Parts: sequence; structure tokens; C-alpha cells
Amino acid sequence: MTRAAWVLAVLLSHWRRHPMQLATLLVGLIAATALWSGVQALNQQARVSYDRAAALFGGARTAMLIDPAHATFSQAAFVKLRRAGWPVSPVLEDRVQVNGRSVRLLGIEPVTMPTETASSSAIARNDLHAFVAPPGRTLVAPETLRDLGLAAGAMPRINDSGELPPLQPQPQLAPGVLIVDIGVAQRVLDKPGQISRLLVGKTTHNARDLPDKVAGTTLQRVAPDSETDLARLTDSFHLNLTAFGLLSFLVGLFIVNSAIGLAFEQRLPTLRTLRACGVSARLLNVVVVIELVSIALFGGLVGLMGGYVIAAALLPDVAASLRGLYGAQLPGTLSLQPQWWLAGIAMSVLGALAAAAASLMRMARLPLLAAAQPHAWQQAQRRWLWRQGVLALAMLIAAIGILVFGDSLLAGFAVLAALLLSAALALPVLLDSVLRLGGKGARNALPAWFWADSRQQLPGLSLALMALLLALAVNVGVGTMVQSFSATFVRWLDGRLSADVYISAANETQAAEIRRWLAARSDVTAVLPGARTEVQIEGAPVEIMGLADHATYRANWPLLRSVADGWDRLHADDAAFISEQLSRRLHLDVGSRLRIPAPAGDWSVDVVGVYADYGNPKGQLAVNIDALSRHFPDTPQTRFGLRVAPEHIAGVIAAMRVAFHLDARQLADQATVKAESKRIFNRTFAVTAALNTFTLGVAGIALLTSLLTLSGSRLPQLAPLWAIGITRERLAAIELLKTMAVALVTALLALPLGLLVAWCLIAVVNVKAFGWRLPFQVFPMQLLELLGVAMVAALLATLLPILKLARMQPATLIKIFANER
Amino acid sequence: MSADRKISRRGFAAGLAWLGLGGARAWAQGFAGLGGEAAGFARVVPGKRFVFPDDFGAHPEFRIEWWYVTANLRDASGVAYGAQWTLFRQAMAPGPQREGWANQQVWMGHAAVTSATTHQFAETFARGGVGQAGADVAPFEAWIDAWRMSAVPPLSNGTFAPLQLTATGTDFEYTLRLNAERPLVLQGDHGYSRKSERGQASYYYSQPYFTATGSIKIGGQSIAVSGPAWLDREWSSQPLAADQTGWDWFSLHLDGGDKVMLFRLRQKDGGHYFAGNWIGRDGQSIPLPSDAIAMTPTAFTDVAQRRVPTRWHVAVPSRGLAVDCTPLNARSWMGTSFPYWEGPIAFHGSHEGVGYLEMTGY
Amino acid sequence: MIWHCNTAMLVASEPTRSNACPMLKVVNLSKSYRSAQETVHVLRGVDLTVARGESVALTGESGSGKSTLLHLIAGLDEADGGEVWVEEARVTGLADAGRAALRRTRLGLIFQQFNLVPSLSVADNLAFQSRLAGQHDAAWLRELITRLGLDALLKRYPEQLSGGQQQRVAIGRALAVKPALLLADEPTGNLDEATADEVVHLIRDLVARSGCGLLMVTHSARLAAMLDRRLHLRGGLLT
Repeated sequence: MTRAAWVLAVLLSHWRRHPMQLATLLVGLIAATALWSGVQALNQQARVSYDRAAALFGGARTAMLIDPAHATFSQAAFVKLRRAGWPVSPVLEDRVQVNGRSVRLLGIEPVTMPTETASSSAIARNDLHAFVAPPGRTLVAPETLRDLGLAAGAMPRINDSGELPPLQPQPQLAPGVLIVDIGVAQRVLDKPGQISRLLVGKTTHNARDLPDKVAGTTLQRVAPDSETDLARLTDSFHLNLTAFGLLSFLVGLFIVNSAIGLAFEQRLPTLRTLRACGVSARLLNVVVVIELVSIALFGGLVGLMGGYVIAAALLPDVAASLRGLYGAQLPGTLSLQPQWWLAGIAMSVLGALAAAAASLMRMARLPLLAAAQPHAWQQAQRRWLWRQGVLALAMLIAAIGILVFGDSLLAGFAVLAALLLSAALALPVLLDSVLRLGGKGARNALPAWFWADSRQQLPGLSLALMALLLALAVNVGVGTMVQSFSATFVRWLDGRLSADVYISAANETQAAEIRRWLAARSDVTAVLPGARTEVQIEGAPVEIMGLADHATYRANWPLLRSVADGWDRLHADDAAFISEQLSRRLHLDVGSRLRIPAPAGDWSVDVVGVYADYGNPKGQLAVNIDALSRHFPDTPQTRFGLRVAPEHIAGVIAAMRVAFHLDARQLADQATVKAESKRIFNRTFAVTAALNTFTLGVAGIALLTSLLTLSGSRLPQLAPLWAIGITRERLAAIELLKTMAVALVTALLALPLGLLVAWCLIAVVNVKAFGWRLPFQVFPMQLLELLGVAMVAALLATLLPILKLARMQPATLIKIFANER
Repeated sequence: MSADRKISRRGFAAGLAWLGLGGARAWAQGFAGLGGEAAGFARVVPGKRFVFPDDFGAHPEFRIEWWYVTANLRDASGVAYGAQWTLFRQAMAPGPQREGWANQQVWMGHAAVTSATTHQFAETFARGGVGQAGADVAPFEAWIDAWRMSAVPPLSNGTFAPLQLTATGTDFEYTLRLNAERPLVLQGDHGYSRKSERGQASYYYSQPYFTATGSIKIGGQSIAVSGPAWLDREWSSQPLAADQTGWDWFSLHLDGGDKVMLFRLRQKDGGHYFAGNWIGRDGQSIPLPSDAIAMTPTAFTDVAQRRVPTRWHVAVPSRGLAVDCTPLNARSWMGTSFPYWEGPIAFHGSHEGVGYLEMTGY
Repeated sequence: MIWHCNTAMLVASEPTRSNACPMLKVVNLSKSYRSAQETVHVLRGVDLTVARGESVALTGESGSGKSTLLHLIAGLDEADGGEVWVEEARVTGLADAGRAALRRTRLGLIFQQFNLVPSLSVADNLAFQSRLAGQHDAAWLRELITRLGLDALLKRYPEQLSGGQQQRVAIGRALAVKPALLLADEPTGNLDEATADEVVHLIRDLVARSGCGLLMVTHSARLAAMLDRRLHLRGGLLT
């Protein structure tokens, strides 16, 4: 297809003559792909971790058999079921203490482990002999090995009794788990012949009647989960990331769109010439698409590398957030799957095609002959503005519609997207109105030209300005949300963390000793016992907190609303305070009744108050601690809060540390806990802030590239002014003023839009994503700061083309007249 | 004679290599990877006196052992089928047998059913010590999961019959009763089967005179079948030669009542080592010299991205045997952890009859 | 192939007047444009023949349909009725791909606005149609470059050339492919008188040299007089 190659060569020659345009196009593609794929890499990394954890933790993705009445049962059931033809595999699991840390010990049987379920089986099979034959192996994630402060090959004791086989690090493993052979697990846990559950592999038998029919035991089949708890809990976090990734992608595509549009416009005569010289419409269309796809592939590849760098840079923050918020363990190094690369490339190519759709369609229908009478620019512009206005209005109506009728997190983001798009589309209309008003006030020729020319420049600049508007608005929105959050969070922490010292004893015995020890001390003014248990309500985990009847809580607990005598009723009746999240999820409020499933039978409580519980993915209930112990007798009584005069805090802590060998996680003062909590939340939003900055950067690049491409085509407009005696410096100054003016108007419009975005995030997205609503606050200093940043970005973007203009050789300007086309 | 089923052993060795027992070296050297560590296992020496029923059961002090049955079956209207039942045992370490999960035995089962149009197979693994797999003497039972080869009392110690044989896969199932009128056949020198000039050997006996009756279920349909079957029992601790690349093995039920076993070992240097046994109607087993056997592939089948010879011309001129073997199903591919070809054949020429063909290393 | 005349004949040094195979034949060609208010009948049945080596001038007032006729002949636009034949190919019966192939291989087009590719050098602009057509002839191109006086300008880009120079490049590009028919739409419209005369002389000489037919639209009676024959378009008909 040499003809196609020649056509391609002619088309590509355009970029050689306009390298800046090509750079713009590539920057757009690279930025779009990099930000999007970076975020996707993070999400993928997290999802893989959850899956791995699920496969190991309990085979939640696998069907299994458990004994509902007992924690373990005899492995005779395993042999019996195998001999009846069922593909079951035994697992023995328990939590154990290693080096003072609590980890999960998982005993598996690698030979029968269903291949389709667990990565652990493949791991163990790699060296079966070493794994099962004495002394065996303890497989552990490298991170966990580090956390435990142990070296590979060490043989630690668990629970200060049994000795584990030598530790062997396995990078594929989920953190926080030790994997041993089932025989080893039975020995070290002192549960000979016992198993916790049976994993069920794929089978053609009717598995539902498996326990009764074959085994004659009390085993119960648990269906596989399609989604893990972690995946469910963290979904909103990832949706947040995805939304930001998508926004950045769209901003990048704006750049691509403007670059392609401009290139198309400039190449229109060339395309016509090619047709006239005998290139068929089909061939030309095909070659143009090939050219675009090639550029997109190149940009996509570079973008993917950028995405990898971004993901690697953000991973520590994301991992910290997920650990802090959800207890999800993410490995510290990025490992990407082939799908990620393919999806990134596909996204780049499809994005480029979408951004070029309008140009491609115009080209496909390109009349061979130029229209004899091109429309006057004003007329064309009026039509364009009208269309933009109508679209903006439609998007606005859509936004309001979704806000009223939608009821999900996705709907929340849809509102946000529709709102932003509507504003972006309306921007040129608003700018045009502002400039027309300005033009009406102009009396002299030059100012009149100034206003009119600014209006004429609008279509070329509008995409960049839209990108600036969106980036700024999102910045304002997210900034306001984060600020609102931290302001609220500090107050809330003060309320929730009202004790001065927090203790978590290792076990009941130690707890009793500590209580006795504390009673004898005069510097401890109060001991506030605490207890915590967890139940399932409507299929979701809910924490139950036991509160002691003490003035400390009455004074500080962050109640949002309650009945008049809420605290008295809490301690006297079957009553509970519920967290805001739980209230929203279960549609409960003060005055409702709630049934709590308890071991001794359901427990009905009156909801007497609702309190704030920011950042907790689980619902929470607060009840009287004695009532909790009655209904949940197994709840460990190992937590206390102490009231201690500030000057004695350090002394009490030091004394306890010596007396009970408590480590930092078991014993902490209020200040430390608060600092830790704040650190976690700051990191949660660090990712958002980083993406925010990227987006603003991309918008700046969009502005710069638009101005650069415009500057060339603006010469015919400027040359006559130069000819009538306006100096180049003056012209440059006018140009600068003009661009800064439109940028300022854009930035000013972005501020109210940003506040609207913040409101959407706080009142719609956060509520859907996390279940709590922050009080909305405006931070004027932050707005001013962002306005300044935007103007500096605009100034930097304008400066280069303006300098080019100021330094332009008169000959270049003269040529405009000689060569006017 | 050395006409033991190295192919299947290789299968077992590779299967265990997949499990991580043998490692890459074992695969590269065939079964030889086990050789250096044979110390501590019981040795195979000439002059052993076989004692039944004791020698029906497992010999855990030896490194490797198998129970192997193939059956050429027909239904009432004469349609041909084949069935395979195999149980392998391997000890990961020598020494006294440890209790429970600590037990050093690993077991592997293969089962297959073949018709002219389908070939269904299954594979399973188990650890010893907990009862998931094993081989007991009294009453005799060898099993893994729900697959069983068990005595139907009263069991004759002379004929190792009658036996009940069952296996179930995802798409197939069979139950066969094995009867025999003639006594077991001790292979090699009274059951001492030499495998190389370097002294490697195994204990080996067969029951080639089984008659199988029962039913197979294939494609959801239960079919009553009967036909001749062949059992091999073998155990050893010593390795085979290191330079083997593959193996082509025949068991032939001649219509006249004679039984013939032939195999060809393909060597790395392109040469072949032939061996075989002619077992007469009278139960006499006579080894065939290597140069008395000719085996020539005549047609190939592409299966699982491999080119496998599925039609053969087989001749033992000294015995007047010259037959063309055709597979019942040319795609009798065992896609197990270590894949190989195993399926029923029929032969025509100087003699007529049926048998089984096993090929590995393709 | 859609044309049959022997290509060797096309480059014959002596043009022949043989009409055995006319380069262009237009029969009863009609075209009208519809707008919201009215229908304008631009061509009402035009008949026209251009023989091998013949140069024909087409004059007429602005809006008389000169350019439309040229575009229809080149297959850039579709006629309402009638036929256009270039050699033995019926342009009016061809689909887009066929018309493109015809333009590529048998036609040379010269426009008032030069229509060069701004991102290609003069050398590449000269060669690209003949390369697209697979009819690149280095010796012929060399001759054209010399005759058009472009030797020193080959590495320049169109924007660095004067109007006259640009039009020479366009002429070179159109002739490089050794067309059967050269169509020129006011090729001197943007040039001063002296340059225009020179350009038309060049076109006429090169047409004679290559043996193709020429149909040139022009406003100027002076330029029209320089060609073999002159046709005038009025009221949608040729006179």
C-alpha cells in the first residue's frame, strides 16, 4: 500500500513543520493516559491485594463447609467426604501471638487445596517436600516478616508455647498471615486431628445436599462470596480515585481535542489538494485514522510509563490510607498485570479517537471544493455559542435531575460531572457576554478592537479556558472539603478521645491485674472500662461499644442529636446511641427501635441519640457497658480509658510500661492517639491533593499550548495594527492583558463553581461514600490563594508566546501582507 | 525382563515434580533424580519369595509402587471401550512410617474411559497417614478418594481375584468386576525384574488373564460391558537410566489366549531399546530378546500440540507375530499434570486381538 | 485500467491533431445549484471536445459556470445530466474511488490559489502526485524543473516562494504525472501581467511538449488569445 504510505508521509510532514502542535497533542495524550492509568494501577494493585487476602484468609471466594456450633471439628469428616468423592481440602486457622504481635496462623493441605481458589496452594506446591516434611516451612509476606522483627529462617514461638517451622518469605503472600502445613498447625495450636473448615473445590455434584447426605455431620455449607468485605468497604475509596483519574483524563482529552481541531483546520487545504490530486475519500479517511492511532499509541505508551511513575509515587500514601481506614494491607511495591497495559493503551487510542471524532466526521464529509462564501466569523461564532449554551443548559438540567432522583454514589459523581460539564460549556457564552459588554463601553478605536479581538479569539482559547475552569473548580471544591474535614475532625477527635490514657490489655487475666494495680494509685482519677464487639446487621458488620456511665462521656461525646434525657436512658434502659453512618444506612433516627442479634437472643434497643463517627467504614452503636456484657458475655473486658491529671500522664504510662510490658500499641496517651489519627486522615487526602495538583498542572499546559498554537495564526490580525504604528512591545502588552483578562474572568467564575463542587462532595458524594456529612465551611484565604495560583499559571502560560511576539522580526510581519492567503 | 511400565512411572515422577517433590532435575533425568537419595530405602534383590496376600498391599519401605489396570471392553452390541485405573505411591523420605499428616507417602491416581469418539480422564492426589489414600492387605483395598480396587471376598491369593474396581471423574464413571481363572504371572526372574545392566531392578508381577464385567458411564449413559483386563503390580527404590526421552509400550491380548507385552525405550542418541515378554496360554512367561522385536510407527496424530504415532506395525518374527495396530481413539490423550497417551488398540495380521498402548515423551 | 490510449503517444515530442481518441469529450452536460430561495442552472447542456495536444481557453463572466465546468470534468463535483469522457473513461459514470484514480493518473489540475502542500518542500510538492499515481519519472521531472526554472528552489517551502514561483511548482506537479488532460482554473489570477504571460507561455509549451490536452479557464482575453482555441461560456451554454 505504497499510496497510503505517500499520503501518510504528506500528512506527517505537517507535524515536522509544526512541532509545537505535535508536542501539544502528545502532552495531552500523555497527561491523559498517565493520570488515568496511574490511578488505575493503584486501584488494580489494591484489588489484587484484597483478592489475595480473601483467598488466604478464609477462602471467602471458595465455597466451604463449617461447623456452626464449634470452632473446629474432626478431620475424619475430611477423609469421609474425600472417600465419598468430594473435592474438599482442610484448613485450620487461629489468631496467634508472635513476638507480641497478633497474626493469623493458617494451616493448609497443599495437595488437595482446590487449584482454582487459593494462591497459597500454588506457593506451597512449589516446594511441597520442604513445606510438609519436618521441620516444614512457615510462609510469610516479607512485610510481615519485617513487622515481626524476624529474619528468614527464624523459628519463633507462638503464644509462648509451640515453635513454628523456619520462616520463609513469599512476596506473593498477603501480609499479616503465617502459612504452615495443616499437620504443623495442629501441633503448634495443640489441636490434633482438628480442622476449622473444609474448602470445597469445583464439583459436578449437587453440592447443596453435601453435608447431610454424605457426611452425616452437622457441617454447613457456606456459599462463596462474590466480593470480599475489604473490596466492599474500600469501594468508595477507589471510586473516589477513579473519579479523579477520569477527570484528569477528560482534561487531557480537552488538550488533544484542541490540538487535533487546530491541526485539522490548518490541514484543510492540504486535504483538499490531496483529494484533487487523486486520493480517494476512503483512503484519505483511513490514513488520517492510522496517523491518529499511531500518535495515540506512542502517546499512550509514554503515558503508561508516566502512569507507572505516578502510581509508584502515590502508592505509599494510598497504602497508608487503606491501612489506616480499613485495615487493608497493600504490598509496598507496584506489580502490574498485562491487562493494565492493554487497558491503558486502549484508553489512549479510544480517547484520541473520541477527541478527534468531530474533526474526523467533518473530514469524512469534507466537500471537495471550499465553500464559495465562508460565513463571517461573527455569524459562525454566534451559532457555536448558541449551541454551547443549549448544551450547557441541558447538562445543568441533567445535573439537577440526577440530584433529585439519584440515590447512589455513582449518581453523586454523575451530578458532579454534569455540573462541571455544564459550567465548562457555558463558559464561552459567559465570556462572550462579558466581552461584548466591555466592547459596548469602549469609545476609542484601540479599546474597541481590543474587546472585539478578544471575542474573536474565544473559540481558539475556549477549550484551554474550560480546562482551567474545571481544574480550578475541582481544586476549590476538594480544597474546601478537605479543610472542612480537618476543621471538623479536630473538634470531633477532642470529643471522642476524652480519656487521657488508653490501655488495651493482652488478655482478661492481665486486664484484671491492671485494674487492681490502677485502683491502688492515687494519680489516676478515674478508670473508664470499655468493651467492643461486632455483629452483623442487615448483612454488614456493625461495632458495638460499651460506654461506662461517667461525666467524661456526657461532657464530650460528639452527639449530633438525642432525646432530652439521652444519657440517663442509655444507662438505664435498653437504649443505644447510633453512629451517623448506621443511622443513614439503616434509615434509623432518634425514636426508632433496633434489633441486635446477640448470642442469648435478639436484643431490642431504643435509639436515643445519633453521634458523629467520621472515617469509620463500619456502622457503630454505643450502649451501656454492663448491658453489653450481659448480652454478649464473651466480650473481652480488656480496654480502659484513664482520667489522669496532665502532669501525671507521663509517670503513669512509664510505670505501667514497666509493670505490664505493654507496647506502644497497647498503651498510649491521648495526644499520641490524636496525632496518629490526624496523620492517617491527612494521608487519606494526600492522594486527592496530589491528583488535584496534577490536574491543575495539566490545565496550565493546556492553556500554554493553546496560546502557543494560537499565536501563529494570530499574526494576520496583529500585523495591520503593527502597520498602523503600534509597536511590537505594545502589541505584546495588549495580548498579555487580553489573555490575563479572560483568565481572570474564568478564575472568578471557577470560585463559585468550586464551592458548588465542594457542596456536592460534602452533601452528596461523602454521604453516599462514607455515610457521614460534614458541616460545610468556606475558607476565603484558600480561595484567594487558588485565584493567585491560577493567575500565575495563566501568566506563565501566556509569557512564552508573548515574548515570541515582542521579539518578532518586522520581516515576519511584513510577510503577512505579501503572503496573505 | 525390564518390561515394566516406565512410562507411567515417569508420569508419576513428573506428577510429583509438579508437586515439587522431584524438582526440575528429576524431570530432566527422568526418574534418575531419585537415584542419589535411594539410601535408606529398602533394596530390590534377587531371590525374594512373594507372599500373598501380603504382597497385594503397599510396601512403604520402598520408594515407589503402583497398582495398574487396563481393560479392553465391549458392550452387548460389540462396540469397543477402554478403561484405565492407576494408583501410584511415592515415599518422600525413607525411614519408619510417621503418623498422621507427618506421614511421608504421597499418592496419585489416574483414571480414564475411552470410546471411539471420546476420551475422558481424571487425576487426583493425596497424602498418606490420614486415610485419604492407601493400600490395605486384609481385606484387600487400594484406594484414593472414591476410587477403589477392593477384594470381593473370598479373594484367591493365587489369582488375585475377584476384585471390584471403581473410579469416577467429572464426565465418566465405571464399576468393573475382575475375575481370573489362571494364577498371577511373576515377571522377570521369579518377580525380580532387571531394568539395566547397572543393576537397577524392581519387584514385578502381573495378572494378564483378568476378565472384566460391569458398567461404564460415559456421556451420561450407562453401558454394560465386558472384556479382557491386565493388572500390573510393581515396586522399587532404584532409578532408571538417565538418557531416556520416551517410551512406547504395548500389552496385547491375542485371540488364541496368548498375552504379549512389548516396549521400546527411546534414547537421547536416537537409538531404541526393545524388550518384551511372551506369556503363553499355559502361564509361562518367556522374555523376548531385544533384537527379536520390531516396532514401526505407520501414522501420526496431532493432539495437544504434539505429533504422536498412533498406528504401528509390530512384529516378533521368531514367534510368527506381524500385526498392524490401530487405536480405538487416536486422541486418547491423558492431559494430566504429566501428559501422555494411553488408550485401547486393536490389531490385525498374523494374529487378531486387542490391547493397550502407552506412549510418553512426545 | 480505465483508459486505453497508448501512454507512449502522450509524450511524443510532436503533438498530433489526430482526433481518433480525443483527450476530453463533454456531451450535453448540465448542472444546477439549489438554495433555499431559488435554483440556479449553471450549465444547460454543454458540449466540448479537446483533442490531443490542443489548448483551449474557456472565458466567461464571473459566476458564468467556468469553474463548475472544470470541476465536473475533474470529477470534483457531480453533474446532473450529460457525460464527461477523459480519453475512453466516462468520468460521469465513476464512483469516488474511480474518479480519484482518474485524477491521480490522467489529470493535472492547476488552481488560482496554487494549492501546494505547505508542509512539503518544493521538490516533494513537485513529485507527490506522480508518486501517488505510481507514475514517477525522474528524467521527465528533471526536465520540468529545468523548464520551469525551479532548480534553485527545490529545498524551499511554498511560503518562501513568490506567487509566480508557487504557480510554477503547481504546474510542475500537474505535469509530472504526464496527464492526458491539464485543467487550469485561472492559473494567473493572482499574478501580475508579466508573470501571467510567462506562466501561460510555459503551460502552452509544456502541453505541446507532453502532448496532453489543455483546458484553461481565464478572465483575460489576452491570455485566451495565446491558446489554440477560445470558448466562451454564457447563460450556461458554450459559444
